[in-house]
Amino acid sequence: MSKTFKIEVDCANCANLVEDAAKKVAGVKELSISFMTQKMKVAFEDDADQNEVMAEVLKAAKKVEPDFEIL
Amino acid sequence: MNRKQRNMLTRIIIALVMTVGLLFIDITGCPRLAAYLVVYLIIGYDILKKAWLGIIHGRVFDENFLMALATVGAFALAIYEKSGDYLEAIAVMLFYQIGEFFQSYAVGKSRRNIAALMDIRPDYANIEQDGKIVKIDPDDVEVGQTIIIQPGERVPIDGVVISGESSLNTSALTGESLPREVGSGDEIISGSINMSGVLKVRTTKEFGDSTVSKILELVEDSASRKSKSENFIAKFARVYTPAVCYGALALALLPPLILILFNGAPLDFSTFETWIYRALVFLVISCPCALVVSIPLSFFAGIGGASREGVLVKGANILETLSKVKTVVFDKTGTLTKGVFEVNAYHGDHDEDIADRKAQLLEFAAIVESSSSHPIAKSLQRAYGHAIDRSRMSDMKEISGKGVTTVIDGRMVAAGNEKLMSDLGLVPCHCKTAGTIVHLAIDGKYAGHIVLGDIVKPTSEQAISDLRRSGVTTTVMLTGDTKPVADQTAARLGIDKVYSELLPADKVSQLESILADTKGDDKVAFVGDGINDAPVLSRADLGIAMGAMGSDAAIEAADVVLMDDDPMKIGKAIRISRKCLGIVWENIIMALGIKGICLILGVFGIINMWLAIFADVGVMILAVLNAIRAMYVRKI
Repeated sequence: MSKTFKIEVDCANCANLVEDAAKKVAGVKELSISFMTQKMKVAFEDDADQNEVMAEVLKAAKKVEPDFEIL
Repeated sequence: MNRKQRNMLTRIIIALVMTVGLLFIDITGCPRLAAYLVVYLIIGYDILKKAWLGIIHGRVFDENFLMALATVGAFALAIYEKSGDYLEAIAVMLFYQIGEFFQSYAVGKSRRNIAALMDIRPDYANIEQDGKIVKIDPDDVEVGQTIIIQPGERVPIDGVVISGESSLNTSALTGESLPREVGSGDEIISGSINMSGVLKVRTTKEFGDSTVSKILELVEDSASRKSKSENFIAKFARVYTPAVCYGALALALLPPLILILFNGAPLDFSTFETWIYRALVFLVISCPCALVVSIPLSFFAGIGGASREGVLVKGANILETLSKVKTVVFDKTGTLTKGVFEVNAYHGDHDEDIADRKAQLLEFAAIVESSSSHPIAKSLQRAYGHAIDRSRMSDMKEISGKGVTTVIDGRMVAAGNEKLMSDLGLVPCHCKTAGTIVHLAIDGKYAGHIVLGDIVKPTSEQAISDLRRSGVTTTVMLTGDTKPVADQTAARLGIDKVYSELLPADKVSQLESILADTKGDDKVAFVGDGINDAPVLSRADLGIAMGAMGSDAAIEAADVVLMDDDPMKIGKAIRISRKCLGIVWENIIMALGIKGICLILGVFGIINMWLAIFADVGVMILAVLNAIRAMYVRKI
């Protein structure tokens, strides 16, 4: 199960940092962030609760990049 | 401009006005400091906050930290000197923010421009409801439903025209600028624009499975496949910023210590002062933003530009590989040739030309093959050109791999290859003309053969010479076709090496031996029409597929998809990638060069803070503008 989210991230480097941090969140199988299209593609583990995982992802992202936003 | 950018612009303007105002107000001492601090906080509070958050999250050395350190340092120096010269600290922060603002605006704008190049997403579909046309979400349209497409609208879903005639602009998909005429019965693909008439279309796919959705998904994904140089920059930034911070620290401490120890300079702050200032200048110059932003932007622009030309590149990493291609391996049928056959000659049993008797030969051949959908059968039917009365035929037997026998108008007819003729006890004529041969026997007697040739695409020859111009050194053709046909085609097109009569598995092993012969960093591209070439496409360093509009296998297996099946686009794709990589390197060299020079000048105190910030912002602007150049690929 994978989903694409529209995001707001300010710089390419921040996008890389957020990507690294968010990948480590439990329940995330794969995750990639494109600074250029301002999109985040997340593949979830089969038994993961998407909403819970996404809340964790946002938390992890905000920690490295306070301006990060999921729209 | 988004909310964040508007907010930033307001802050910049307020800070600018206040700074200029302060220049004319004569206040001293603490009120002066307080006034400047207010301006400083207005313009820089977010940087300070981010720097602080970075520190507490253990991610200390980033550009926010650099700027916070440099400006707080400048403030501290001014307070210590009691000079009241706080302007510099504010100016540095102000210019940095202006630079960031410009960067965010420019990148955002070009991002949207490039995205618009690739945006072929239709917003709605028209359906008829109670005699009225209603706009609905294309996602809600079912397969088999009838949609209406007005002139000027984008085709939302793949389908078949039921009524109406129009010309379609497919340039967004294929880069082909000539419109395509369509009428009742024609298949049309989503993403093209209806130009003249109203079309009623029965959908054949759901929106999610339509060409337009597939392509959008590909293009959007492509941006997240990062290139080596992008990864390099990400790693570089991780090492670079801390290195610069330590460098600045060393610059602030070491020279004064040496002066104190060996030159007898006084052991107080006055010795350190100059060097702390220089260290701050050093910090400002070394900000890596120009590189971090301009490199992904170049790739994005390159991918966007290519997609407008009908070349889908599935990632920045692919663009990088594409620029190193030195050997191009082609499949023949469907790639260099149209995969559509035409009748070239009619020969009798002594290989003599029998154009005068051809009508009957062709008529029988067309009838015999009327039930087959093989390209050769279709070509025969087309050459015959009349409606085929299949009731004339009875007792049809298909002999797999050989041909067909049947009875037409009471006469025994067999059509197929040499093996079929031999099976029937006949001696087939060995035709000397290169091509695909269909032998016919009527009433147990050999009647002659028809020679068919695959039509070479009009641009194939030019495409091969174009590849040479783009720096490709070797061209190779792999085909399952017979040796004479393959050799003839290769000679005509100017291809270096030919391997013919290959089975699909042979193609893979042949490609592997080509890969093994390739030296160093050179890459091998394979170009195929994708349906039967999937294994070879995925085995090559770079798979280029003829998009063949709607052939999913092609689009899936390949790294690059040529939407209009035109081999001319291969050379173009290579040139686009070279341009893009060239720009990336220009930016790397320019940014590191200018920064390097400024850093050295900064160390010797030749550059002050003002010049430093100009150098930093200036390089960034140049790099961003240069990166956008990668988008313009129409005429390369």
